[in-house]
Amino acid sequence: MSFIAVQALTGLAGAASLFLVAAGLTIVFGVTRIVNFAHGSLYMLGAYVAVTLARDWGGAIGFWGAVAAAALAVGALGALVEIVLLRRIYKSPELFQLLATFGLVLVIQDITRAVWGAENLLGPRAPGLDGAFALLGHQVPEYDLAMIAIGSAVLGGLWLLFHRTRFGVLVRAATEDREMVALLGVDQRLLFTAVLFLGAALAGLGGALQMPRQAASLDLDLLIIVEAFVVVVVGGMGSIAGAALAAILVAEIHAFGIVLVPKSTLVLIFLVMAATLVLRPAGLLGRAGAESEEGGRAPPPILRAAHGKARLAWPLLALAMAVAPVVIGEWGVVLATEIVVYALLAASLHFILWGGGLVSFGHAAYFGLGAYGAALAVKHLGAGMTPALALAPLAATLGAAVYGWFAVRRAGIYMAMLTLAFAQMTWSAAFQWVRMTGGDNGILGVWPDAWAADPLVFYYLALVVCGATIWGLQRVVHAPFGHALRAGRDLALRAEALGIDVLRVRWLAFTLAGAAAGVAGGFFAFAKGSVFPNILHVGTSLDALVMVLMGGVEHLAGPLAGALSYTGLAAELARRTAHWQLILGGLVIVLVLVLPRGLAGLAARAERMEGEA
Amino acid sequence: MTSLVVRDVALAFGGVRAVAGVSFTVAAGERVALIGPNGAGKSTLFNLVTGQLRPDAGMVLIDGRLTVGLPPRAIARMGVGRTFQVAATFASMTVRENVQMALLAHARRHLRLWRPARTHFVAEAEALLALVGMQDAAERGAGILAYGDLRRLELAMALAGSPRLLLLDEPTAGMAPAERAGLMAAVACVAAERDLAVLFTEHDMDVVFGHATRILVLDHGLLIASGAPDAVRRDPKVRAVYLGAESAGAP
Repeated sequence: MSFIAVQALTGLAGAASLFLVAAGLTIVFGVTRIVNFAHGSLYMLGAYVAVTLARDWGGAIGFWGAVAAAALAVGALGALVEIVLLRRIYKSPELFQLLATFGLVLVIQDITRAVWGAENLLGPRAPGLDGAFALLGHQVPEYDLAMIAIGSAVLGGLWLLFHRTRFGVLVRAATEDREMVALLGVDQRLLFTAVLFLGAALAGLGGALQMPRQAASLDLDLLIIVEAFVVVVVGGMGSIAGAALAAILVAEIHAFGIVLVPKSTLVLIFLVMAATLVLRPAGLLGRAGAESEEGGRAPPPILRAAHGKARLAWPLLALAMAVAPVVIGEWGVVLATEIVVYALLAASLHFILWGGGLVSFGHAAYFGLGAYGAALAVKHLGAGMTPALALAPLAATLGAAVYGWFAVRRAGIYMAMLTLAFAQMTWSAAFQWVRMTGGDNGILGVWPDAWAADPLVFYYLALVVCGATIWGLQRVVHAPFGHALRAGRDLALRAEALGIDVLRVRWLAFTLAGAAAGVAGGFFAFAKGSVFPNILHVGTSLDALVMVLMGGVEHLAGPLAGALSYTGLAAELARRTAHWQLILGGLVIVLVLVLPRGLAGLAARAERMEGEA
Repeated sequence: MTSLVVRDVALAFGGVRAVAGVSFTVAAGERVALIGPNGAGKSTLFNLVTGQLRPDAGMVLIDGRLTVGLPPRAIARMGVGRTFQVAATFASMTVRENVQMALLAHARRHLRLWRPARTHFVAEAEALLALVGMQDAAERGAGILAYGDLRRLELAMALAGSPRLLLLDEPTAGMAPAERAGLMAAVACVAAERDLAVLFTEHDMDVVFGHATRILVLDHGLLIASGAPDAVRRDPKVRAVYLGAESAGAP
């Protein structure tokens, strides 16, 4: 009994911080309709800034002064982000919004590393609250009570703000009906900037308050954003009370799960999320229909099968890849193998992203499941290369079928958050399940059979299998199934009225894309000779998205162009600079702002101009 | 044979009664117009019949089978074709591909993975496009069509499912008067040929009185009149609430 009370208290203390972050995320989304991926980075910055202030200026402003100053500083940064970046992408497709803010994640992380270093930073304890008191025979940190008090105070303060002040009423009005605010004669720009300040300050406060409980580290940004995503999905996007409720739920699951089923907290959270999605798709306190805002977009271009000269593009490309090894030498062959694998990964993502409008931010899960499937088959079953490669898509298909069944139930940003959360859970599982996966040490010794040990032979094997899979995906895009998928993307209402089960088609497509990514993953494992949890990390998902984006979303050849240019670029960057994340993040932002149609779009535009000239 | 039976159907949106207990039938061979002022509940009633909305009370039978609770796709497969008030087509496909999609879905071939979709049902698609006068626009993108053409395309898609019951939500909106007559004549022709039951909403009274075999008048979610065009035209209640004072002597 006493144990339950103490654990519940610990859970509530954890919920406080999580609530602050999720509330900020949900407020910003409500007004701007942007899911700010960099919200977790603001939390992380809050932690770093607070630790620095408390350490260097603690004598002057004290612990709480440092916490408040950190929140305000991060709030100001949020306002700056709104003015410099977000303001320019309010009307962009949501995929580009997500990508741009994700670019920001990379930039902030690299800058944070440059300023504070890679070492974890432990902050001071709160004066007067650094002890513990006895509750029913257990020791409970005093600071936990402070966290609970602050969390409740912020919840109450937000309620007052939104119900008792003009600013709050405007924010609520903007959340419900954006056009209306324009009619109220309010300076919308100021309102949006102010909302970003508020949301960022909440994230900063959440990070700063964690100072005595948790060291500031560079992985906080993604850890907290994934949890915040889970909270808003469960609580309902746009609902502050929902965020509070779900934060408590998730934090309590952590608190109790760690004691009762130490290795399965993730599974528990996954189950909670899955159950919410099935029983209350809009979240516990969310309102249905808030996400189905469409319209006002330019009609998508017609997808036509290649004709005339373009018909030759695929055979020519295949021929070029086949003779490439003659020119590029041994190091080039290794890189070319990687490019072929990434091209398939990008093509499989493109298949659902463009073909079905399914925004997956966790495609790494299926790539990684493929790689782990192959590697585990080698390590634990003693399988040879061929059966291991066959097992790879099987493992990925299974994962994609399970995750996809839930993910396709939600559209747009919800789907992006869900797929990301699923992928990060898989990543954590690979990390934690050391006995099976070797954890951080990965699985080594995944080498091709003797007959394919020569990099050149393996390159051709990868080229044939991955190339055939890409070609197969292209067939499917133009086949009735691909059309049905696109019909669901264009107008689900109409597709359903024709008798098409849109969710089922989406689920099958998601699973198929997962299978194709799994094929790529299997080859990746054998190309590298090893698999590490990193392959499942959101960084890999982002790589795939950037490849698709670089190549151009609207063109079937886009993923190939993207894989080629991106893999080449990344290899070059990694060789030349330690700040590749900064450059990559900046590149993503620039791509979204300047070249939303990608390289293939650029080529198409040049072609069109040529035609007109 | 009665294709559609609507009995005591009611639906409220947050306390506002959109449809307040409506009963009517549509038999094969009939072309029934559903008219009423804006907000009378016409589109809501359509959505209740085709499953986009679920009634709070009452029931809907199609060919004698209860449909309440079934998703739109299941009702579509029972032989119900419909168009939407805001014309709904697939913008990233050509006109022909739109019709082919409808044909593929009807034939349950839309999960096939290999043969290109554009090679399926070519002749059937062409025939349907010819029926609605769109044969020359087959290669155009559906996303750039004029509104009248979108409506034609949608009609072809609705017909592609070989429906027994056809629901048309303002089928001639956005068309020139001459086009309207042409389109409705085409509908009448197909309906007679295939012995369809047709239910349509329309704001153009020439279309309504010229092409309906029977008229239902809806106001504030209630059916206030129903009968042959002449009877409805003379009905004083209809004149009062729907046709309004200024057109009292007109129709």
